[in-house]
Amino acid sequence: MSVWPKISDIVKSVSDGRVSATENVNKALKLIEEKNPEYSAVVSVIESRAIARAEEIDKRIAKGENVGRLAGVPFIVKDNYLSFDSETTASSNMLKGFRAPYQATAIEKLEAEGAILVAKANLDAFAHGTSTENSDLMVTKNPHDKERVPGGSSGGSAASVALDLVPFTLGSDTGGSIRQPAAFCGVVGVKPTYGLISRSGVVAMASSTDVLGPLTRNVDDAGLIIDVMSGVDPLDGTTIQGNSEGYSNLNASVKSKKVGVIKEWFGEGLDSGVAEKVKTAIKALEDAGAEVVEVSLPSLDLALAVYYVVVPAELSSNLSRHDGQRYQFSYEGAKDLDESYEQSRSIGFGPEAKRRIMIGTHVLSSGYYDAYYNKAQTVRTKLINEFNQAFSEVDIMVGPITPTTAFKIGELSDDPLQLYLQDIYTVSANLVGVPAISIPCGEIDGLPVGLQLLADQNNDRILLEAAKAYEEINS
Amino acid sequence: MSKQLSKEEIIALARLSRLKLTDAEVEQYQKELSSIIGYIDQLSGADTEGLRPTSQVTGLENVSREDEVKELTASPDDLLDVAPNRQERFIKVRRMI
Repeated sequence: MSVWPKISDIVKSVSDGRVSATENVNKALKLIEEKNPEYSAVVSVIESRAIARAEEIDKRIAKGENVGRLAGVPFIVKDNYLSFDSETTASSNMLKGFRAPYQATAIEKLEAEGAILVAKANLDAFAHGTSTENSDLMVTKNPHDKERVPGGSSGGSAASVALDLVPFTLGSDTGGSIRQPAAFCGVVGVKPTYGLISRSGVVAMASSTDVLGPLTRNVDDAGLIIDVMSGVDPLDGTTIQGNSEGYSNLNASVKSKKVGVIKEWFGEGLDSGVAEKVKTAIKALEDAGAEVVEVSLPSLDLALAVYYVVVPAELSSNLSRHDGQRYQFSYEGAKDLDESYEQSRSIGFGPEAKRRIMIGTHVLSSGYYDAYYNKAQTVRTKLINEFNQAFSEVDIMVGPITPTTAFKIGELSDDPLQLYLQDIYTVSANLVGVPAISIPCGEIDGLPVGLQLLADQNNDRILLEAAKAYEEINS
Repeated sequence: MSKQLSKEEIIALARLSRLKLTDAEVEQYQKELSSIIGYIDQLSGADTEGLRPTSQVTGLENVSREDEVKELTASPDDLLDVAPNRQERFIKVRRMI
Protein backbone atom coordinates (compact mmCIF):
# COMPACT_ATOMS: atom_id res chain seq x y z
CA MET A 1 0.00 0.00 0.00
CA SER A 2 1.39 3.35 -1.02
CA VAL A 3 2.03 6.12 1.50
CA TRP A 4 0.62 8.49 -1.15
CA PRO A 5 -3.04 8.48 -2.17
CA LYS A 6 -4.04 8.91 -5.82
CA ILE A 7 -2.99 12.34 -7.10
CA SER A 8 -6.57 13.57 -7.48
CA ASP A 9 -7.19 12.64 -3.82
CA ILE A 10 -4.02 14.43 -2.67
CA VAL A 11 -5.12 17.56 -4.54
CA LYS A 12 -8.58 17.35 -3.00
CA SER A 13 -7.17 17.01 0.52
CA VAL A 14 -4.84 19.99 0.00
CA SER A 15 -7.53 22.16 -1.61
CA ASP A 16 -9.96 21.31 1.22
CA GLY A 17 -7.32 22.26 3.78
CA ARG A 18 -7.24 18.76 5.36
CA VAL A 19 -3.54 18.29 4.49
CA SER A 20 -1.17 21.17 3.85
CA ALA A 21 1.21 21.42 0.91
CA THR A 22 3.96 21.93 3.46
CA GLU A 23 3.12 18.60 5.12
CA ASN A 24 3.33 16.86 1.74
CA VAL A 25 6.68 18.45 0.90
CA ASN A 26 8.12 17.61 4.31
CA LYS A 27 6.87 14.05 3.97
CA ALA A 28 8.56 13.68 0.57
CA LEU A 29 11.82 15.20 1.85
CA LYS A 30 11.78 12.87 4.86
CA LEU A 31 11.15 9.81 2.67
CA ILE A 32 14.04 10.81 0.41
CA GLU A 33 16.30 11.28 3.40
CA GLU A 34 15.34 7.87 4.82
CA LYS A 35 15.39 5.75 1.69
CA ASN A 36 17.74 7.38 -0.77
CA PRO A 37 21.09 6.48 0.86
CA GLU A 38 20.29 2.82 0.27
CA TYR A 39 19.06 3.11 -3.34
CA SER A 40 20.69 6.26 -4.85
CA ALA A 41 17.60 7.16 -6.89
CA VAL A 42 17.91 10.90 -6.23
CA VAL A 43 20.99 12.99 -7.09
CA SER A 44 19.96 16.32 -5.52
CA VAL A 45 17.24 17.77 -3.31
CA ILE A 46 15.62 21.20 -3.81
CA GLU A 47 14.68 21.80 -0.19
CA SER A 48 14.36 25.52 0.49
CA ARG A 49 12.60 26.43 -2.75
CA ALA A 50 10.17 23.52 -2.31
CA ILE A 51 9.31 24.53 1.25
CA ALA A 52 8.91 28.20 0.25
CA ARG A 53 6.58 27.23 -2.59
CA ALA A 54 4.55 24.95 -0.32
CA GLU A 55 4.13 27.71 2.28
CA GLU A 56 2.99 30.10 -0.41
CA ILE A 57 0.45 27.56 -1.69
CA ASP A 58 -0.85 27.02 1.85
CA LYS A 59 -1.29 30.77 2.30
CA ARG A 60 -3.22 31.03 -0.94
CA ILE A 61 -5.47 28.14 0.07
CA ALA A 62 -6.10 29.78 3.45
CA LYS A 63 -7.28 32.85 1.52
CA GLY A 64 -9.72 30.68 -0.41
CA GLU A 65 -7.86 30.72 -3.73
CA ASN A 66 -7.95 27.87 -6.21
CA VAL A 67 -4.32 26.80 -6.45
CA GLY A 68 -4.70 24.44 -9.39
CA ARG A 69 -5.15 20.86 -10.49
CA LEU A 70 -1.97 19.65 -8.78
CA ALA A 71 -2.19 21.68 -5.58
CA GLY A 72 0.48 20.63 -3.11
CA VAL A 73 1.68 17.52 -4.99
CA PRO A 74 5.45 16.98 -4.64
CA PHE A 75 7.33 15.50 -7.60
CA ILE A 76 10.82 14.58 -8.83
CA VAL A 77 12.25 15.05 -12.34
CA LYS A 78 15.06 13.29 -14.13
CA ASP A 79 18.21 15.39 -13.82
CA ASN A 80 18.20 16.24 -17.54
CA TYR A 81 15.32 18.72 -16.94
CA LEU A 82 16.60 22.26 -16.34
CA SER A 83 15.32 23.50 -12.98
CA PHE A 84 15.75 26.48 -10.69
CA ASP A 85 17.74 26.44 -7.44
CA SER A 86 19.46 23.16 -8.20
CA GLU A 87 22.13 21.70 -10.40
CA THR A 88 21.18 20.10 -13.72
CA THR A 89 23.90 17.54 -14.39
CA ALA A 90 22.30 15.01 -16.77
CA SER A 91 24.30 12.76 -14.37
CA SER A 92 27.41 13.68 -16.36
CA ASN A 93 30.85 14.97 -15.40
CA MET A 94 30.44 17.46 -18.24
CA LEU A 95 27.54 19.26 -16.53
CA LYS A 96 28.38 18.62 -12.87
CA GLY A 97 27.80 21.93 -11.09
CA PHE A 98 25.70 23.39 -13.93
CA ARG A 99 22.98 25.78 -12.74
CA ALA A 100 20.35 26.41 -15.38
CA PRO A 101 19.28 29.99 -16.14
CA TYR A 102 15.72 28.93 -16.96
CA GLN A 103 13.36 26.06 -16.22
CA ALA A 104 11.88 23.36 -18.49
CA THR A 105 8.40 24.18 -19.83
CA ALA A 106 7.12 20.85 -18.45
CA ILE A 107 8.12 21.87 -14.90
CA GLU A 108 6.70 25.38 -15.38
CA LYS A 109 3.35 23.92 -16.44
CA LEU A 110 3.18 21.54 -13.47
CA GLU A 111 4.18 24.28 -11.03
CA ALA A 112 1.58 26.63 -12.50
CA GLU A 113 -1.02 24.05 -11.35
CA GLY A 114 0.41 23.89 -7.82
CA ALA A 115 2.81 20.91 -8.06
CA ILE A 116 6.10 21.25 -6.16
CA LEU A 117 9.47 20.03 -7.48
CA VAL A 118 11.42 18.54 -4.57
CA ALA A 119 14.36 16.64 -6.10
CA LYS A 120 16.22 15.47 -9.22
CA ALA A 121 16.62 11.82 -10.18
CA ASN A 122 19.62 9.86 -11.44
CA LEU A 123 20.00 8.76 -15.07
CA ASP A 124 22.56 7.23 -17.39
CA ALA A 125 24.79 10.21 -18.27
CA PHE A 126 23.08 12.24 -21.02
CA ALA A 127 20.33 9.55 -20.99
CA HIS A 128 22.58 7.05 -22.78
CA GLY A 129 21.77 3.65 -21.39
CA THR A 130 19.32 1.03 -20.21
CA SER A 131 20.54 0.41 -16.67
CA THR A 132 21.51 3.78 -15.07
CA GLU A 133 24.97 2.23 -14.60
CA ASN A 134 26.34 4.84 -17.04
CA SER A 135 25.63 7.65 -14.57
CA ASP A 136 28.83 9.56 -13.76
CA LEU A 137 27.40 10.30 -10.30
CA MET A 138 26.12 7.05 -8.72
CA VAL A 139 24.56 3.66 -9.47
CA THR A 140 20.85 3.41 -8.67
CA LYS A 141 19.61 0.14 -7.21
CA ASN A 142 16.36 -1.60 -8.09
CA PRO A 143 13.87 -1.28 -5.19
CA HIS A 144 12.79 -4.92 -5.74
CA ASP A 145 16.36 -6.28 -5.49
CA LYS A 146 19.32 -4.11 -4.55
CA GLU A 147 21.73 -6.26 -6.58
CA ARG A 148 19.86 -5.43 -9.78
CA VAL A 149 19.60 -2.40 -12.04
CA PRO A 150 16.45 -0.25 -12.09
CA GLY A 151 16.62 -0.02 -15.90
CA GLY A 152 17.37 3.19 -17.70
CA SER A 153 17.92 5.76 -18.64
CA SER A 154 15.16 7.14 -16.35
CA GLY A 155 16.24 4.65 -13.66
CA GLY A 156 16.21 7.16 -10.81
CA SER A 157 12.74 8.37 -11.77
CA ALA A 158 11.34 4.81 -11.88
CA ALA A 159 13.02 3.78 -8.64
CA SER A 160 11.70 6.95 -6.92
CA VAL A 161 8.11 5.95 -7.73
CA ALA A 162 8.71 2.33 -6.73
CA LEU A 163 10.21 3.56 -3.43
CA ASP A 164 7.13 5.77 -2.93
CA LEU A 165 9.27 8.90 -2.43
CA VAL A 166 6.74 11.09 -4.26
CA PRO A 167 3.38 10.59 -6.03
CA PHE A 168 4.91 10.97 -9.50
CA THR A 169 8.15 11.61 -11.38
CA LEU A 170 9.10 12.69 -14.89
CA GLY A 171 11.42 10.93 -17.30
CA SER A 172 12.44 11.20 -20.93
CA ASP A 173 12.12 8.45 -23.54
CA THR A 174 14.30 8.44 -26.66
CA GLY A 175 14.14 4.69 -27.27
CA GLY A 176 12.47 3.22 -24.17
CA SER A 177 14.00 5.22 -21.34
CA ILE A 178 10.69 5.71 -19.51
CA ARG A 179 9.03 2.37 -20.31
CA GLN A 180 11.95 0.00 -19.71
CA PRO A 181 12.79 1.25 -16.17
CA ALA A 182 9.05 1.41 -15.43
CA ALA A 183 8.87 -2.31 -16.33
CA PHE A 184 11.95 -3.20 -14.24
CA CYS A 185 10.66 -1.26 -11.22
CA GLY A 186 6.98 -2.28 -11.49
CA VAL A 187 5.46 1.16 -12.09
CA VAL A 188 3.45 2.82 -14.88
CA GLY A 189 5.49 4.73 -17.48
CA VAL A 190 4.11 6.57 -20.50
CA LYS A 191 5.84 7.68 -23.68
CA PRO A 192 3.29 10.02 -25.29
CA THR A 193 2.90 10.81 -28.98
CA TYR A 194 5.98 12.62 -30.34
CA GLY A 195 5.43 16.37 -29.96
CA LEU A 196 2.66 16.18 -27.34
CA ILE A 197 4.82 17.63 -24.53
CA SER A 198 7.25 20.51 -24.99
CA ARG A 199 10.91 19.56 -24.62
CA SER A 200 12.08 23.12 -24.07
CA GLY A 201 14.57 23.08 -21.22
CA VAL A 202 15.45 19.38 -21.35
CA VAL A 203 18.98 18.31 -22.33
CA ALA A 204 18.54 17.04 -25.90
CA MET A 205 19.52 13.52 -26.89
CA ALA A 206 17.98 12.64 -30.28
CA SER A 207 15.65 15.35 -31.45
CA SER A 208 13.50 13.26 -33.82
CA THR A 209 12.61 10.69 -31.13
CA ASP A 210 12.96 12.42 -27.69
CA VAL A 211 9.70 12.67 -25.72
CA LEU A 212 8.93 13.46 -22.09
CA GLY A 213 6.46 11.60 -19.93
CA PRO A 214 5.38 10.63 -16.41
CA LEU A 215 6.13 7.64 -14.18
CA THR A 216 3.35 6.92 -11.72
CA ARG A 217 1.68 4.25 -9.64
CA ASN A 218 -1.49 4.16 -11.75
CA VAL A 219 -2.85 5.13 -15.16
CA ASP A 220 -5.17 7.91 -13.92
CA ASP A 221 -2.23 9.74 -12.34
CA ALA A 222 -0.23 9.45 -15.57
CA GLY A 223 -3.17 10.79 -17.60
CA LEU A 224 -3.58 13.80 -15.31
CA ILE A 225 0.11 14.71 -15.52
CA ILE A 226 0.12 14.38 -19.33
CA ASP A 227 -3.04 16.51 -19.46
CA VAL A 228 -1.27 19.31 -17.58
CA MET A 229 2.02 19.10 -19.53
CA SER A 230 0.68 18.67 -23.09
CA GLY A 231 0.09 21.35 -25.68
CA VAL A 232 1.76 23.70 -28.13
CA ASP A 233 4.72 25.64 -26.75
CA PRO A 234 6.27 28.49 -28.74
CA LEU A 235 9.63 27.43 -27.26
CA ASP A 236 9.46 24.00 -28.97
CA GLY A 237 8.55 24.14 -32.67
CA THR A 238 7.78 20.40 -32.79
CA THR A 239 4.86 20.55 -30.34
CA ILE A 240 1.38 19.55 -31.49
CA GLN A 241 -2.16 20.19 -30.29
CA GLY A 242 -3.30 17.02 -28.55
CA ASN A 243 -6.71 15.38 -28.18
CA SER A 244 -9.46 17.93 -27.47
CA GLU A 245 -10.89 15.68 -24.74
CA GLY A 246 -7.58 15.79 -22.87
CA TYR A 247 -6.05 12.92 -20.92
CA SER A 248 -7.68 13.05 -17.50
CA ASN A 249 -11.05 11.66 -16.30
CA LEU A 250 -10.35 8.44 -18.16
CA ASN A 251 -12.93 5.72 -18.73
CA ALA A 252 -11.58 2.19 -18.44
CA SER A 253 -12.28 0.97 -21.94
CA VAL A 254 -11.11 -2.02 -23.88
CA LYS A 255 -14.46 -3.70 -24.63
CA SER A 256 -15.00 -4.16 -28.39
CA LYS A 257 -11.59 -2.61 -29.04
CA LYS A 258 -9.44 -4.47 -31.55
CA VAL A 259 -6.10 -5.44 -30.01
CA GLY A 260 -3.24 -6.62 -32.24
CA VAL A 261 -0.61 -8.94 -30.76
CA ILE A 262 2.72 -8.16 -32.43
CA LYS A 263 3.95 -11.46 -33.83
CA GLU A 264 7.58 -10.38 -34.27
CA TRP A 265 7.95 -9.61 -30.56
CA PHE A 266 7.31 -13.14 -29.33
CA GLY A 267 10.17 -14.88 -31.11
CA GLU A 268 13.74 -15.69 -30.20
CA GLY A 269 15.32 -13.58 -27.46
CA LEU A 270 12.20 -13.19 -25.30
CA ASP A 271 12.47 -14.90 -21.93
CA SER A 272 9.80 -17.60 -21.66
CA GLY A 273 8.64 -16.40 -18.24
CA VAL A 274 8.17 -12.84 -19.53
CA ALA A 275 6.33 -14.19 -22.60
CA GLU A 276 3.97 -16.13 -20.37
CA LYS A 277 3.12 -13.10 -18.21
CA VAL A 278 2.48 -10.94 -21.26
CA LYS A 279 0.31 -13.63 -22.88
CA THR A 280 -1.70 -13.98 -19.66
CA ALA A 281 -2.28 -10.22 -19.72
CA ILE A 282 -3.45 -10.39 -23.35
CA LYS A 283 -5.85 -13.20 -22.41
CA ALA A 284 -7.22 -10.96 -19.65
CA LEU A 285 -7.86 -8.19 -22.18
CA GLU A 286 -9.69 -10.68 -24.37
CA ASP A 287 -11.78 -11.87 -21.41
CA ALA A 288 -12.66 -8.22 -20.76
CA GLY A 289 -14.20 -7.97 -24.22
CA ALA A 290 -11.34 -6.95 -26.49
CA GLU A 291 -11.13 -8.58 -29.89
CA VAL A 292 -7.60 -9.99 -30.01
CA VAL A 293 -5.93 -10.66 -33.36
CA GLU A 294 -2.33 -11.24 -34.47
CA VAL A 295 -0.55 -8.51 -36.43
CA SER A 296 2.74 -8.73 -38.29
CA LEU A 297 5.13 -5.84 -38.96
CA PRO A 298 8.04 -7.47 -40.80
CA SER A 299 10.38 -4.46 -40.55
CA LEU A 300 10.31 -4.55 -36.72
CA ASP A 301 13.31 -6.88 -36.89
CA LEU A 302 15.30 -3.99 -38.35
CA ALA A 303 14.02 -1.31 -35.95
CA LEU A 304 16.90 -1.57 -33.50
CA ALA A 305 19.46 -1.26 -36.31
CA VAL A 306 17.61 1.84 -37.59
CA TYR A 307 17.58 3.24 -34.07
CA TYR A 308 21.31 2.74 -33.53
CA VAL A 309 22.02 4.72 -36.70
CA VAL A 310 19.49 7.55 -36.36
CA VAL A 311 19.91 8.20 -32.64
CA PRO A 312 23.74 8.29 -32.49
CA ALA A 313 23.68 10.53 -35.59
CA GLU A 314 21.35 13.01 -33.91
CA LEU A 315 23.00 12.88 -30.50
CA SER A 316 26.47 13.37 -31.96
CA SER A 317 25.14 16.64 -33.38
CA ASN A 318 23.30 17.62 -30.19
CA LEU A 319 26.33 16.92 -28.00
CA SER A 320 28.62 19.05 -30.16
CA ARG A 321 27.50 22.04 -28.06
CA HIS A 322 29.40 20.54 -25.12
CA ASP A 323 32.72 21.83 -26.32
CA GLY A 324 34.22 23.28 -23.16
CA GLN A 325 33.35 26.84 -24.18
CA ARG A 326 29.62 27.26 -23.69
CA TYR A 327 28.58 25.21 -20.66
CA GLN A 328 30.17 24.24 -17.36
CA PHE A 329 33.21 21.96 -17.68
CA SER A 330 36.27 23.36 -19.43
CA TYR A 331 39.79 21.90 -19.37
CA GLU A 332 42.06 24.45 -17.74
CA GLY A 333 45.45 23.56 -19.23
CA ALA A 334 44.72 23.95 -22.95
CA LYS A 335 47.10 26.15 -24.97
CA ASP A 336 44.71 26.73 -27.88
CA LEU A 337 41.04 26.37 -28.76
CA ASP A 338 41.41 23.04 -30.53
CA GLU A 339 43.10 21.47 -27.52
CA SER A 340 40.45 22.96 -25.26
CA TYR A 341 37.71 21.31 -27.33
CA GLU A 342 39.43 17.92 -27.39
CA GLN A 343 40.49 17.81 -23.77
CA SER A 344 37.20 19.17 -22.41
CA ARG A 345 35.21 16.59 -24.38
CA SER A 346 37.59 13.70 -23.64
CA ILE A 347 37.45 14.34 -19.90
CA GLY A 348 33.80 15.51 -19.68
CA PHE A 349 32.22 12.64 -21.64
CA GLY A 350 32.15 9.08 -20.32
CA PRO A 351 32.75 5.95 -22.42
CA GLU A 352 29.14 5.52 -23.56
CA ALA A 353 28.80 9.11 -24.79
CA LYS A 354 32.12 8.74 -26.64
CA ARG A 355 30.99 5.46 -28.18
CA ARG A 356 27.72 6.95 -29.40
CA ILE A 357 29.29 10.19 -30.63
CA MET A 358 31.77 8.20 -32.71
CA ILE A 359 29.06 5.90 -34.14
CA GLY A 360 27.02 8.97 -35.02
CA THR A 361 30.00 10.65 -36.60
CA HIS A 362 30.77 7.49 -38.57
CA VAL A 363 27.25 7.06 -40.00
CA LEU A 364 27.09 10.73 -40.98
CA SER A 365 30.55 10.94 -42.48
CA SER A 366 31.03 11.37 -46.20
CA GLY A 367 31.14 7.99 -47.92
CA TYR A 368 28.93 6.34 -45.26
CA TYR A 369 25.99 8.77 -45.16
CA ASP A 370 23.97 7.01 -47.87
CA ALA A 371 24.83 3.50 -46.72
CA TYR A 372 23.90 4.11 -43.09
CA TYR A 373 22.04 7.31 -42.29
CA ASN A 374 19.95 7.64 -45.43
CA LYS A 375 19.30 3.91 -45.56
CA ALA A 376 18.19 3.88 -41.91
CA GLN A 377 15.83 6.82 -42.42
CA THR A 378 14.35 5.02 -45.43
CA VAL A 379 13.83 1.78 -43.50
CA ARG A 380 12.19 4.03 -40.89
CA THR A 381 9.66 5.07 -43.56
CA LYS A 382 8.98 1.39 -44.22
CA LEU A 383 8.39 0.83 -40.51
CA ILE A 384 6.05 3.84 -40.34
CA ASN A 385 4.08 2.47 -43.32
CA GLU A 386 3.72 -0.89 -41.57
CA PHE A 387 2.51 0.79 -38.37
CA ASN A 388 -0.02 2.84 -40.37
CA GLN A 389 -1.26 -0.34 -42.05
CA ALA A 390 -1.55 -2.16 -38.70
CA PHE A 391 -3.37 0.75 -37.05
CA SER A 392 -5.85 0.85 -39.92
CA GLU A 393 -6.88 -2.61 -38.68
CA VAL A 394 -6.50 -2.46 -34.88
CA ASP A 395 -6.96 0.19 -32.14
CA ILE A 396 -4.19 -1.01 -29.84
CA MET A 397 -1.07 -3.13 -30.31
CA VAL A 398 0.43 -5.17 -27.52
CA GLY A 399 3.69 -6.87 -26.61
CA PRO A 400 6.45 -7.06 -24.00
CA ILE A 401 8.60 -4.10 -22.89
CA THR A 402 11.83 -5.96 -22.16
CA PRO A 403 13.28 -9.37 -23.15
CA THR A 404 13.95 -10.26 -19.48
CA THR A 405 13.32 -8.98 -15.96
CA ALA A 406 15.89 -6.65 -14.34
CA PHE A 407 19.45 -7.89 -14.75
CA LYS A 408 22.22 -7.72 -12.15
CA ILE A 409 24.40 -4.65 -11.71
CA GLY A 410 27.56 -5.25 -13.77
CA GLU A 411 26.07 -8.25 -15.60
CA LEU A 412 26.00 -6.67 -19.08
CA SER A 413 28.29 -3.72 -18.64
CA ASP A 414 31.23 -5.02 -20.72
CA ASP A 415 29.10 -5.64 -23.78
CA PRO A 416 27.49 -2.49 -25.22
CA LEU A 417 25.64 -4.42 -27.94
CA GLN A 418 23.94 -6.67 -25.35
CA LEU A 419 22.80 -3.56 -23.49
CA TYR A 420 21.49 -2.07 -26.74
CA LEU A 421 19.41 -5.23 -27.30
CA GLN A 422 17.45 -4.30 -24.15
CA ASP A 423 15.71 -1.69 -26.30
CA ILE A 424 14.50 -4.14 -28.93
CA TYR A 425 10.76 -3.82 -28.12
CA THR A 426 10.73 -0.15 -27.21
CA VAL A 427 12.57 1.79 -29.94
CA SER A 428 9.89 1.37 -32.63
CA ALA A 429 7.35 3.61 -30.88
CA ASN A 430 9.99 6.37 -30.87
CA LEU A 431 11.00 5.93 -34.51
CA VAL A 432 7.34 5.99 -35.59
CA GLY A 433 6.22 8.68 -33.11
CA VAL A 434 3.31 6.72 -31.62
CA PRO A 435 2.35 6.65 -27.92
CA ALA A 436 3.16 3.60 -25.78
CA ILE A 437 2.79 2.64 -22.13
CA SER A 438 4.43 0.18 -19.78
CA ILE A 439 2.10 -1.22 -17.17
CA PRO A 440 2.95 -3.88 -14.57
CA CYS A 441 1.60 -7.37 -15.46
CA GLY A 442 3.00 -9.58 -12.73
CA GLU A 443 6.29 -10.69 -11.23
CA ILE A 444 8.81 -13.48 -11.75
CA ASP A 445 10.81 -14.39 -8.61
CA GLY A 446 9.86 -11.04 -7.09
CA LEU A 447 10.92 -9.04 -10.17
CA PRO A 448 8.28 -7.04 -12.06
CA VAL A 449 7.30 -7.61 -15.70
CA GLY A 450 5.94 -4.86 -17.95
CA LEU A 451 3.17 -5.08 -20.54
CA GLN A 452 3.48 -2.70 -23.49
CA LEU A 453 0.42 -1.21 -25.17
CA LEU A 454 0.77 1.04 -28.23
CA ALA A 455 -1.76 3.21 -30.06
CA ASP A 456 -1.72 5.29 -33.22
CA GLN A 457 -0.29 8.83 -33.24
CA ASN A 458 -2.37 11.21 -31.15
CA ASN A 459 -4.49 8.36 -29.76
CA ASP A 460 -2.91 8.75 -26.32
CA ARG A 461 -6.34 8.88 -24.73
CA ILE A 462 -7.40 5.56 -26.30
CA LEU A 463 -4.08 4.10 -25.10
CA LEU A 464 -4.57 5.31 -21.52
CA GLU A 465 -8.18 4.09 -21.40
CA ALA A 466 -7.16 0.61 -22.57
CA ALA A 467 -4.33 0.58 -20.02
CA LYS A 468 -6.77 1.63 -17.30
CA ALA A 469 -9.06 -1.23 -18.28
CA TYR A 470 -6.15 -3.68 -17.92
CA GLU A 471 -5.18 -2.13 -14.59
CA GLU A 472 -8.71 -2.69 -13.27
CA ILE A 473 -8.75 -6.33 -14.40
CA ASN A 474 -5.32 -6.95 -12.92
CA SER A 475 -5.93 -5.35 -9.52
CA MET B 1 29.38 -10.16 -40.64
CA SER B 2 31.25 -7.03 -41.61
CA LYS B 3 34.68 -5.54 -41.90
CA GLN B 4 36.54 -4.50 -38.77
CA LEU B 5 37.19 -0.81 -38.32
CA SER B 6 40.94 -0.22 -38.36
CA LYS B 7 42.87 1.61 -35.64
CA GLU B 8 43.46 4.44 -38.11
CA GLU B 9 39.71 4.72 -38.76
CA ILE B 10 38.99 4.94 -35.02
CA ILE B 11 41.63 7.65 -34.59
CA ALA B 12 40.18 9.57 -37.56
CA LEU B 13 36.65 9.24 -36.14
CA ALA B 14 37.82 10.46 -32.74
CA ARG B 15 39.46 13.44 -34.43
CA LEU B 16 36.24 14.28 -36.30
CA SER B 17 34.37 13.97 -32.98
CA ARG B 18 36.91 16.23 -31.20
CA LEU B 19 37.86 13.43 -28.82
CA LYS B 20 41.36 12.41 -27.84
CA LEU B 21 41.68 8.69 -27.12
CA THR B 22 44.36 6.78 -25.22
CA ASP B 23 45.87 3.71 -26.92
CA ALA B 24 43.76 1.48 -24.67
CA GLU B 25 40.62 3.38 -25.67
CA VAL B 26 41.45 3.05 -29.37
CA GLU B 27 41.70 -0.71 -28.92
CA GLN B 28 38.49 -0.89 -26.88
CA TYR B 29 36.45 1.23 -29.32
CA GLN B 30 37.86 -0.64 -32.30
CA LYS B 31 36.35 -3.83 -30.90
CA GLU B 32 33.08 -2.31 -29.68
CA LEU B 33 32.36 -0.05 -32.65
CA SER B 34 33.11 -2.88 -35.10
CA SER B 35 30.55 -5.06 -33.32
CA ILE B 36 27.92 -2.28 -33.34
CA ILE B 37 28.57 -1.33 -36.97
CA GLY B 38 28.37 -5.05 -37.78
CA TYR B 39 24.91 -5.12 -36.21
CA ILE B 40 23.62 -2.07 -38.09
CA ASP B 41 25.03 -3.45 -41.36
CA GLN B 42 21.94 -5.68 -41.58
CA LEU B 43 20.12 -2.60 -42.93
CA SER B 44 21.98 -2.96 -46.23
CA GLY B 45 19.81 -5.97 -47.11
CA ALA B 46 16.47 -4.18 -46.60
CA ASP B 47 14.36 -3.56 -49.69
CA THR B 48 13.57 0.17 -49.71
CA GLU B 49 12.84 0.53 -53.43
CA GLY B 50 10.63 3.55 -54.10
CA LEU B 51 10.63 4.83 -50.49
CA ARG B 52 11.87 8.21 -49.28
CA PRO B 53 13.76 8.79 -46.04
CA THR B 54 11.88 10.08 -42.97
CA SER B 55 13.34 13.01 -41.09
CA GLN B 56 10.43 13.90 -38.81
CA VAL B 57 7.18 12.28 -37.76
CA THR B 58 4.77 15.11 -36.90
CA GLY B 59 3.96 16.25 -40.42
CA LEU B 60 4.38 19.84 -39.20
CA GLU B 61 5.97 22.09 -41.81
CA ASN B 62 7.63 25.48 -41.62
CA VAL B 63 6.68 26.30 -38.04
CA SER B 64 7.43 30.01 -37.76
CA ARG B 65 6.88 32.83 -35.31
CA GLU B 66 7.22 36.61 -35.29
CA ASP B 67 10.81 37.75 -34.93
CA GLU B 68 10.38 39.92 -31.88
CA VAL B 69 12.16 40.48 -28.58
CA LYS B 70 10.33 38.82 -25.69
CA GLU B 71 10.97 38.94 -21.96
CA LEU B 72 11.57 35.36 -20.82
CA THR B 73 12.70 34.23 -17.37
CA ALA B 74 16.39 34.27 -18.33
CA SER B 75 18.11 37.52 -19.32
CA PRO B 76 20.97 37.63 -21.86
CA ASP B 77 23.25 38.12 -18.86
CA ASP B 78 21.96 34.94 -17.20
CA LEU B 79 22.53 33.00 -20.42
CA LEU B 80 26.08 34.30 -20.86
CA ASP B 81 26.84 33.49 -17.24
CA VAL B 82 26.67 29.73 -17.88
CA ALA B 83 29.81 29.89 -20.04
CA PRO B 84 33.01 28.90 -18.21
CA ASN B 85 34.82 32.07 -19.34
CA ARG B 86 33.06 35.33 -19.92
CA GLN B 87 34.21 38.85 -20.70
CA GLU B 88 31.56 41.59 -20.88
CA ARG B 89 28.95 40.42 -23.38
CA PHE B 90 31.22 37.83 -24.96
CA ILE B 91 32.27 34.24 -24.33
CA LYS B 92 36.04 34.16 -24.04
CA VAL B 93 37.91 31.28 -25.70
CA ARG B 94 41.58 30.36 -26.11
CA ARG B 95 43.59 31.48 -29.09
CA MET B 96 42.63 29.88 -32.38
CA ILE B 97 45.87 30.10 -34.35
